[in-house]
Amino acid sequence: MSQSIPALSDATFDEHVTAADVPVLVDFWAEWCGPCKMIAPVLEEIAAEQDGKIQIAKLNIDENLDVTRRFEVMSIPTLLLFKDGELQARIVGARGKAQLLQEIAAYL
Amino acid sequence: MTEERDVVVIGSGPAGLTAAIYSARARLAPMVLEGEPSSTSDQPGGQLMLTTEIENYPGFVDGILGPELMARFRDQAARFGADLVTTRATRVDLSKEPFEVWTTAGGADQPAVSAQSIIVATGAQALMLGVPGEDRLLGHGVSTCATCDGFFFRDKPVAVVGGGDSALEEALFLTRFASQVTVVHRRKELRASKIMQDRAFASDRIVFEWDAVVDEVLGDSSVRGLAVHDVSSGETRILDVAGVFVAIGHRPNTALFDGQLAMADNGYIRTFEGSRSSVPGVFVCGDVQDSVYRQAVTAAGSGCMAAIDVERWLESRGR
Repeated sequence: MSQSIPALSDATFDEHVTAADVPVLVDFWAEWCGPCKMIAPVLEEIAAEQDGKIQIAKLNIDENLDVTRRFEVMSIPTLLLFKDGELQARIVGARGKAQLLQEIAAYL
Repeated sequence: MTEERDVVVIGSGPAGLTAAIYSARARLAPMVLEGEPSSTSDQPGGQLMLTTEIENYPGFVDGILGPELMARFRDQAARFGADLVTTRATRVDLSKEPFEVWTTAGGADQPAVSAQSIIVATGAQALMLGVPGEDRLLGHGVSTCATCDGFFFRDKPVAVVGGGDSALEEALFLTRFASQVTVVHRRKELRASKIMQDRAFASDRIVFEWDAVVDEVLGDSSVRGLAVHDVSSGETRILDVAGVFVAIGHRPNTALFDGQLAMADNGYIRTFEGSRSSVPGVFVCGDVQDSVYRQAVTAAGSGCMAAIDVERWLESRGR
């Protein structure tokens, strides 16, 4: 993933999703997950195109088990959408760009 | 705007990418509609993207990871000039020439590409059980991808449903994490290859639930168990598992071609004289037409056949 998408950790997660003034879509991923690799460029495109409307962040589940457990993530990639720190939507499994945009449209 | 191509390949598993390599080297500038990201086998790279070690693809003495093998196929196709497009074909019109193909990227209004010839390599996708609880608990203990999700079942008991090579491969992979792996199979013997059976029987973490058919996946917010019944006695049992991995086989991805290409009784696309379909100019390769062998190497071989057949067909029409 490019540097444009911030990597969150157990320590920074809460502050990041609460402080944002736009919805935050967090990508729960790991190095060994094939579908996670495929969705990464899709998220980069969305981050660039929807700049100012949504923030995209990523969280490596291998290194951040606390947040992963707290949100009961049991399959990756899982995308969680937060607004004002509150969980709004859960998207399990990789998607194409058009479908992903459609699923998050209601929250933008 | 609708692009025009001599060859459009639909699909990007071993069959589609081999067809792309051969047709690119024949200077046919193929466009490959490689699909879109997904967590099922319906994704760029196909079924091998969800596997781990491939030990029977010739040339890789020590084995190679499935996603790594497909990345190499893709790079090789790109090296010879294949145009790889990350989009999914949503509709085809094979009733007139040139053929027309619509994609998710191009939208529904007009075809994204018109093609003198088409190579169909859409592959197959994993079957689901279709029992209560399965859909609801997908991503909450029900998984279609052991390599993606095995990690979440560290020191927990899990079940793998199925009796073929895929099922045993998943079961063996899951022994890295799970406390116990129960293979649930509806018969008394496995369909899997001898070498995979030997490995599974040798693992002290794998147990077998024979003659067992799944009735329901149990659990509220996550999987708590699997209800099965014995096919001979009818007795019902609850398996105490936190994860369910489904590997009961595949069905060919033929929906795009319903009513346009001849299908065999078992639902696979019919081929005639090599890779020809029932429509001249449309060629078929890989698992979408193969109910028998279904191997990466046979898919690649049939992709080569399709590319050679396309080249000769275009030549015969003076292109």
